[in-house]
Amino acid sequence: MDKPSAVQSLTDTMARFTAYIGKHLPTDVEKKLAELRTLETKPLAKAIYLSMAQNQDAAARLDRPSCQDTGVIQYFITAGARFPLLGELADVLAEATAEATRRAPLRHNAVETFVEKNTGTNTGTRAPWLDWEIVPDDDGVTIDAYMAGGGCTLPGRATVLMPGQGYEGVTDFVFDVISTRGVNACPPLLVGVGVSTAVETAARLSKKALMRPVGSHHADPSAAKMETLLEDGLNELGIGPQGLTGSASVMGVNIESSARHPSTIGVAVSTGCWAHRRGRIRVNADLSYEILSHEGAQL
Amino acid sequence: MSRRVLTTPIRDEDLEDLRAGDVVYLTGHIVTCRDVAHRRLIELGRELPVDLAGGAIFHAGPIVRRLADGGHEMVSIGPTTSMRMEKFEREFIERTGVKLIVGKGGMGPLTEEGCRTHKAVHAIFPGGCAVLAATQVEAIERAEWTDLGMPETLWVCRVRELGPLIVSIDTHGNNLIERNKLEFNAKKSAIVERIHAQVGFIR
Repeated sequence: MDKPSAVQSLTDTMARFTAYIGKHLPTDVEKKLAELRTLETKPLAKAIYLSMAQNQDAAARLDRPSCQDTGVIQYFITAGARFPLLGELADVLAEATAEATRRAPLRHNAVETFVEKNTGTNTGTRAPWLDWEIVPDDDGVTIDAYMAGGGCTLPGRATVLMPGQGYEGVTDFVFDVISTRGVNACPPLLVGVGVSTAVETAARLSKKALMRPVGSHHADPSAAKMETLLEDGLNELGIGPQGLTGSASVMGVNIESSARHPSTIGVAVSTGCWAHRRGRIRVNADLSYEILSHEGAQL
Repeated sequence: MSRRVLTTPIRDEDLEDLRAGDVVYLTGHIVTCRDVAHRRLIELGRELPVDLAGGAIFHAGPIVRRLADGGHEMVSIGPTTSMRMEKFEREFIERTGVKLIVGKGGMGPLTEEGCRTHKAVHAIFPGGCAVLAATQVEAIERAEWTDLGMPETLWVCRVRELGPLIVSIDTHGNNLIERNKLEFNAKKSAIVERIHAQVGFIR
């Protein structure tokens, strides 16, 4: 394949994949929601879970975005240093976003700041938002595409704690964000926590944490234990679907971390709504691909 | 149990016995109305191009498809965070005579006061269930203030049994989500304390 054809082919794949994830939830999220629905006992909460399931069925049947807020598209890219279209990838993803916006169709969600005009294409200055990690000795690329609506973006918070506040302070911060601001963010939520040095490093990790599957754990045993403690504790609050009370509050808590400065603990919380529309695709050097997040997906 | 259905135009007496936590459905008309529409009416003093007396508004920014005949199809319409409209809503209710506000999550004391004084209710449509809601929209009859772009345009929708709508603020000053938040906060400190005892990783 010559380069222009290759670029066209990858753009087409990514446009179809981006449209697809707005209409179908990933398998891990579907399974977790089914489990929470089974465990729920309150009649109102059960009715909400029923509406959620009916909605996902209707979205698939009618081929429509399951939630009207299809977000500002984000791509978390883990690129092999030898991926043949590495230099073209940013432009490919912008064009794929514009194409998905026309085809799906997606809501027009990119408002140029200060100009305060909606571009109408979901592309604009640094939109779609790209996050890069380069890995050596690989000629493929793995991309997490994510649509976060405004509702589950609003609770996002980051701060820098003093070391004396410790992981106890991290716990307080997570609980404060979820119990006050998470209620309106379409629970049951997937909670991403970043523990690091500064606000921006913690914030990035908290979003990366949302790319990890529901039910997965941090490699460090203490961090994994803290994920479980926070998940169980937040569920005890009984926020329920849509904050209307129920037996669960969250789909899970995922923590991502980095080594930190000894004088600070940067902590951030990002939330994913129940309609956690993310997808992971692996594209090989020959541009063949595999969808890793959605079992049985057909683009 | 039969469904409780409100029909526009809604009268004060239709709302009198509704209580926070009740579930209703709406048949008739509902107009999408969110951030900028509220700002234009309240802060910029512009007249709304739609008569909302006895009517319903939807805090929502939908996905709409333009049809070949010049009409519009509702593709996907779900509620947006109502709290963003809190600073405008009391005056909005007073100025427009709107009776039903549909959105997501709770609203605050200003809306509570507006609902009590002018007999209106706020109700929650399950967030994220936007295709479910779209299938309950029979037609988009008009589009106003289209200069605001797709999410902020006032889409005048004819709906049939739109719901479930969970009453979150009733005409008597009850506020379901605020009550729930108090409940969550009351439980919080004991849970957090228990976790504190297990996360002393800095030694």
